[in-house]
Formats: sequence, C-alpha cells, structure tokens
Amino acid sequence: MRIAVCIKQVPNTEARLRVSRDGTWLEEDDLPFVINENDTFALEEGLKWAEATGGEVVVFSLGPDRVKDALLKALAVGAARAVHLADPAFLGGDALATGRALAAAIRREAFDLVLTGSQSDDLRFGGTGSIIAGHLGWPHVWLVMGVEVEAGHRTAKVTREMESGVNEISRVALPAVLEIQAGINHPRYASLKGIMAAKKKEISRPTPAELGLDAAAVGAAGSRLEVVSVAFPESGSGAQMLEGDVKTAVAALVEKLQKEARVL
Amino acid sequence: MAKIWVVVQQREGQLPRISWEAVAAAQKLAAHLGGGKPEAFVLGAGIGLAAAEVAKADLAAVHVADDEALRTYTPGGTIGVLAAAIRAGRPDYVIFPHTYQSVDFVPRLAQETESGLLPEVTGFAAGDGGLVWTRPILGGKLQSKVKVKGEGTVLVSVQSGAFPADGVIKGEAPLQPLAVDPAGLRADREILGYEEVAGEKVDLTKADFIVAAGRGVGGADKMGPLEELAKVLGAEIAASRPVIDGGWLPRDRQIGSSGQTVAPRLYVAVGISGAIQHLVGMKGSSVIVAINKDPGAPIFSVAQYGIVGDLHEVVPALTAAIQAAKG
Repeated sequence: MRIAVCIKQVPNTEARLRVSRDGTWLEEDDLPFVINENDTFALEEGLKWAEATGGEVVVFSLGPDRVKDALLKALAVGAARAVHLADPAFLGGDALATGRALAAAIRREAFDLVLTGSQSDDLRFGGTGSIIAGHLGWPHVWLVMGVEVEAGHRTAKVTREMESGVNEISRVALPAVLEIQAGINHPRYASLKGIMAAKKKEISRPTPAELGLDAAAVGAAGSRLEVVSVAFPESGSGAQMLEGDVKTAVAALVEKLQKEARVL
Repeated sequence: MAKIWVVVQQREGQLPRISWEAVAAAQKLAAHLGGGKPEAFVLGAGIGLAAAEVAKADLAAVHVADDEALRTYTPGGTIGVLAAAIRAGRPDYVIFPHTYQSVDFVPRLAQETESGLLPEVTGFAAGDGGLVWTRPILGGKLQSKVKVKGEGTVLVSVQSGAFPADGVIKGEAPLQPLAVDPAGLRADREILGYEEVAGEKVDLTKADFIVAAGRGVGGADKMGPLEELAKVLGAEIAASRPVIDGGWLPRDRQIGSSGQTVAPRLYVAVGISGAIQHLVGMKGSSVIVAINKDPGAPIFSVAQYGIVGDLHEVVPALTAAIQAAKG
C-alpha cells in the first residue's frame, strides 16, 4: 500500500512559552519544536501497514523552513520521501486553508490511505484530516484507536473512540483518511543508520502554482479566521499558590484544606 | 438580522448537558447580535421526546429530522441532512456542542458547504470590527482571540462548561419536521457495532476523594507514594490519559473526555499539566489541589490550591502532614 502521512511540527508545550512581540503567536527564538504527538502515532501506523503490505510512506507537512527537522525525523524512522509545503503563501492558515493545500499535494500521487494525527497540540482544530478527505471525496474517521486493513486492501476495519468509554467499530472503503488518536501503537525510535539514510532522501517543496492552487486560496489569505491576539489566561482566576519549602507549603495546604475548604 | 442555528446532539433519545450548553450559547449569541431567536436542529430516529424537550427552550423553531436512516450516527448521514439545510437556509452561525461526535463531522461539513470553521470556543465578546471569539491553544496554556473574516456561514463548536446549561432561556418553540432526502445521505461508514472499553469496573463518580496521577509521576514503579496519600485520605486513585496509555494504571481509572467525569469533594492532581481533555472530566470538583513542577501548567488555573515543586518530595510530605492532622 502507498500511504501518505501528514505531520505537523508544533512547539513543545512543556517549554517556557513567551508571546511574540506582535502578540499573535509565540516568540520562536529558542523555542523547542517537536512532531505533534498524535502525528507520531499516525506515522508509526503508516510505517506498520506499509511494511506489512510491501508499500511505502510519503510524509507531508505544511510549515516554515524549521519543519525540515520534523521531516528528517520522519524520514529517519522509515518514510521514503517527504513533501514540504514551505512557500510563505501556505503559512498562517486555518484548518480549511491548510487542508485545501495538503489535499492538493496528496492528490498528485496515488495513495491507498492517508493518515494524520487527530488534533494538533498547538492550534487544536482537529479537522485538517477530515477536510483533506472532503477535498479528495474519500471517507474519513476521526479519533481512530484501531486500524485493520482487510484482505485485498480495499477496505479497513476502524475503531473510533467515542465519549464515555465506548468505541465504534466500522468498515470504510479505501482510499480513506484516518485521523489517529495517541496510544494506538508504540512509535519507534530512529536508528543511527536511519538518521544517516534520511539525509539522502528527497524532500520536495512544491509552490501553490505547482499544486494548481491560487495563492489567495491558501495560508492566511485563504482562511476564514484571523488571530487577533494570544495571551496567557487572566490571572486571579487561578489557584492560591502555597509557597516556601516543601514542609511549609504542605503544612499551609493541610491547614487550608481543614479550615478554609473544610474537606479534611 | 443575524440567523443563528444550533444543532443539538442526542444519543438514544437522551440530551447530554453539553447540548443544552450549545443552546445557551446560541441564545446568548442571538441576543448579542440583536437578531431573532435561534433555530434548533435535532437528528435521529424515534426522537420525538428529545425534540419536545428541546422545544421547551426559547427558540424560533425546532427542526426535527426523524428518519430511520439517521438512527445510527454516521458522518455521511449527518452531513447529508445538515449540508442541504445550510445551503437552503444560509445561516450566519451554526452552533454545535464540541464533542467527539461533532469533531468527527463538523470540519467536513464546513468544507462541503464552504463555511468557516471555528472549533472549541469558550466565549465571545464585541471587539473592533465585529465579534472576537476565545479558544484555548497549546494544550490550554494560552488563549487565542480570533475574528471571522470573509462571507458566509461559520460553524462554531462550544467547549464543555463554557456556556452553562442553566443559562438556557425557557420558552415554547414550534416543532417542524425536516424532510430527509435519502439520495443526499452518503454511506461512508458501515457501522459494525460498538464495544465497551474494558467495561468500566470502577465507578469513580461516587468517590468523595480522588488522588489523580499524571505523566509527571514518571512511571508505574513510582505510584507507591500516591497510593499512600490516597490511603490516608480514603481516596480512589485515578489518572489522566498518558498514565493509562502508558499502562501504569488500568483504563477504568481514567478521568477526562475519554474516561469518567467526576466531581468529588477533593481532587488532588499530581503531575497533571491539565490538558483540556482532562479538565473537562474533573473541573466540577468542589476543591482541587494541584501539585506540579511547572508553574505555568494549566491545571493551576482550575485549582483552588497549588504547590509548585517536585511531586516525589511533596506527596510523601503531604501524606505525613495529613496523617498528623488526622491524629
């Protein structure tokens, strides 16, 4: 099977975050970036099925030059090549604009399956994969906890997570877009050999025109949303922080729980 | 005049609280924009009672797509009905509850109807040149304020708890059957069945005290001190998703959108950063204590009391202090 996997490079949210000077995003100097967690599971699922069926994975990502690091990591664990939508016209888009661009890039090749993570940890739209599926006219399933490609590779049995501890089991026709939930598998680590091999693999960078797209239909220009500002939640709504060394803080907490909250 | 719609989610004829929250959000938006009352949509089969419940809210109409073809949710069926309605009615905003089901179909409904997509909002306010919407980003560490640009319908989903259900304005709305065109429904997913995930054996919803572990605990072998703390408190042990995915605790101990929703008297969150998926499952707790090494962790914004520090030192000290206090 030929499998496309869409990944996103996102800020490591464990890092110290600072709002950028223009107030609409983060200060990116010294900000560590990682492959979005759910996307690492999508990549592993793609590699697994490509290996099982004698196929290959092509990895797609939209984002600025720094995204090359994420693509090299994906190539190092076994993707055959990468497509990087890095043209400035592609950047700053909402899920609709990003999905439109990725669908146009995917459409240029024949794939049996497209995998993405179910949601990005940074902007949390949770819909880019479904939007890609809409453009391609393929079925999609969001929040996928299990994939079983059936004999002949024409259908897949898919487990979708629902609320309150119930899963839906369904069959979809291939090609399809499956949006993978974390925990579905155990993503592999790159070997030294894989890291060396990745440097020789192809990373193509098509422009909007090469994808047959009007630059005004993608990126910030092609979006229905415009970011006014990003900010830390207003202080004052948060917790009473109990300061001091561990013994002092814990003693203060127990007193609060007894006398103020009255739960002990 | 702004045209506001709300799509109410029902499951086996029951209306979850978040569906009423979506109704409250739609009413609030309609009042803010000075338009008429919102119109509601309910989809399913044999949903007369649920539709009648929705009609007790102050709405212009409740459109009821009651059809055997919609008995089991599929995106193709839902999108088929709603896309036709949106193309015919051209609403300004359609409000959805932000649920695992709505995220499965709303983005594609936006793509197919050329609507805007604005997921998981927690509020809106008047701003320069129109409405400014708030939504969480970066795992809830920051809030993004966004404006909608361009022409046409916008599909908005509202996060659980953002628009309280008790804010629904009561009234009496006419029920209107919505004809379903079977040719417009796409068979995109053959439902084979449903399975309980490890059948919830432990009912955490009844617990008065909960000690919950997060990724920060560091491993299955490091759970001992939390169990000691739970013992002195008479608490149940629970966890956020990474702990469950890591196999440190069984799945029936999971709190959050894919686990149980709890509201104990005391919830002690240990090494939990507070991703939104976790917060929706526990933010109704009476008292929340958070212990985390990261002072910027979103868990501190919902907690009443916080300690920033190494949980491996704080937890044993807290256990000892509670034991001493209890005599």
